[in-house]
Amino acid sequence: MSLSAADVRRIAHLARIEISAEQTQATLAQLNDIFAMIEKMQRVNTDGVEPMAHPLGGRQRLRDDVVTEPDQRDENMKNAPERADGLFLVPRVIE
Amino acid sequence: MTELSHATVAELGRLLEGKQVSAVELATFFLTRIDAHRDLNAFLDVRPEVTLAQARAADERRARGETGPLLGAPIAHKDIFVTRDWCSTASSKILKGYVSPFDATVVAKLKDAGMVCLGKLNCDEFAMGSSNENSAYGNVLNPWDKTAVPGGSSGGSSAAVAARIAPVATATDTGGSIREPAAFTGVTGTKPTYGRPSRWGMIAFASSLDTAGLMTRSAEDCALVFGAMLGFDPKDSTSLERPHEDFTRFLNGGVNGLRIGVPKEFFGAGLQDDVAVAVRTALAEYEKLGAQLIDISMPNAELGIPVYYVIAPAEASSNLARFDGVRYGHRAAEYANLPDMIKKSRSEGFGAEPKRRILVGTYVLSHGYYDAYFIKAMKVRRLIADDFQRAFGQCDVIASPVTTSVAFGFGEKASDPVAMYLADLYTVPGSLAGIPSMSIPCGFGAKGRPVGLQLMTNHFEEAKMLGVAHAYQQATDWHRRVPKGY
Repeated sequence: MSLSAADVRRIAHLARIEISAEQTQATLAQLNDIFAMIEKMQRVNTDGVEPMAHPLGGRQRLRDDVVTEPDQRDENMKNAPERADGLFLVPRVIE
Repeated sequence: MTELSHATVAELGRLLEGKQVSAVELATFFLTRIDAHRDLNAFLDVRPEVTLAQARAADERRARGETGPLLGAPIAHKDIFVTRDWCSTASSKILKGYVSPFDATVVAKLKDAGMVCLGKLNCDEFAMGSSNENSAYGNVLNPWDKTAVPGGSSGGSSAAVAARIAPVATATDTGGSIREPAAFTGVTGTKPTYGRPSRWGMIAFASSLDTAGLMTRSAEDCALVFGAMLGFDPKDSTSLERPHEDFTRFLNGGVNGLRIGVPKEFFGAGLQDDVAVAVRTALAEYEKLGAQLIDISMPNAELGIPVYYVIAPAEASSNLARFDGVRYGHRAAEYANLPDMIKKSRSEGFGAEPKRRILVGTYVLSHGYYDAYFIKAMKVRRLIADDFQRAFGQCDVIASPVTTSVAFGFGEKASDPVAMYLADLYTVPGSLAGIPSMSIPCGFGAKGRPVGLQLMTNHFEEAKMLGVAHAYQQATDWHRRVPKGY
């Protein structure tokens, strides 16, 4: 499975990461090396094998839907790049 | 008081219990050493006033009659664990200056036990790396040889303990990030069963693999601190409920009759001779102590690397999606609109390795490729885990090298991602199976650099594994060797 420059641009957009035209070639070469290494996995027969998501076969634990956290909004917002009146500020979304 | 730097956590505990030293004296001593060895670049954030306040609190608790070997003992935390009183950056620019509103559960539990935090330790960015060359805040030096890497991703943790500037350090292991740096720096690095230490407050890399653990100078120290560190946490949805356990209870059990499985696939072509010799000598030592070596085979183990480098990046691409410059972390100074702000913030804030892994992960999860890559990898993961269960039917513990070579030099693998990934060859299988695994020092190889022996046991058998390690550490002194100048 060999990637193209168009693949790199498409994945970069999905991942919301900017890659310049110059960086695309270097990135493409590195990604193709990584995928060549990953190919080894394709050769093994996995018919009838269940995918393993959790190494000990764990299941998603649920809890009661009750409020357990105290209100510490200001403390939780203290790292915000831009904030006002308890809101995170971002560039205008709707024109 | 110079011997304090060579004292284990157990020995420091006895000095503290016997009131021969105070927590403030210990904290002052180690802060001085940390400052004297700033060139290692092991620490990212040190705040003496905060450390001393914690030490005074521990001394006050002792004065009020509280006892315990960890009350007042110093520890340092890998900068993957968030802390209220020091910055938390995951060694990334994207979190430069970030101050967490809460302590990670592991940090809080050790603080409750009275341990005194010396500061936050350098690591590879977002725990991605095998040499600590991916930190946005500079390389960490290997105290044994400053031209060599300390390993990664927990390079700061391993260097600090090896240099005796912290008696114990927390670390994390996703594909080998405790065991490999422990092997490279001649310390004891232990990864417990996945799900036993809480992941709450541990900046996430790969959620089905990330496991908190310790760098210590002995298996005994690890057993002591695990008692305070491990345990069910309702805030971590993958945390396991287990009965309370004394991890020191098998330390003096010896190894007479112990069956040690030696998997042939871990001694293949890539293994350097100097490492092979040190590991085989260690296995011969175990035979002298009464253990029995059994040849075993783990045919799917070599698939560990491709499987890991599908699953871990996939999970990372999801976990790192939260860094968008909106609520915290780096926000670009210039952008055209919101989508542009997000792209620029991420691109400016992430280093090359996180970007690479995010791209790989995004690709293997994308439409049309998910089945062939991600689902396939999850199936092969089960084959690897099954290999371990079959092996544990024939032996009590599995032993192998930790790495294919001793620590490599700076820059040697940095430009070749796949070469760097292959450093994890012997450690990723244990990660994928979620089993306890550790590295103990077992000698020296090329250029006088340390070699580690890997021990692995089945789920929940940390105490047995630590006992097997302790038996070796009673009969040998590799773990007591100190790099020159420290």
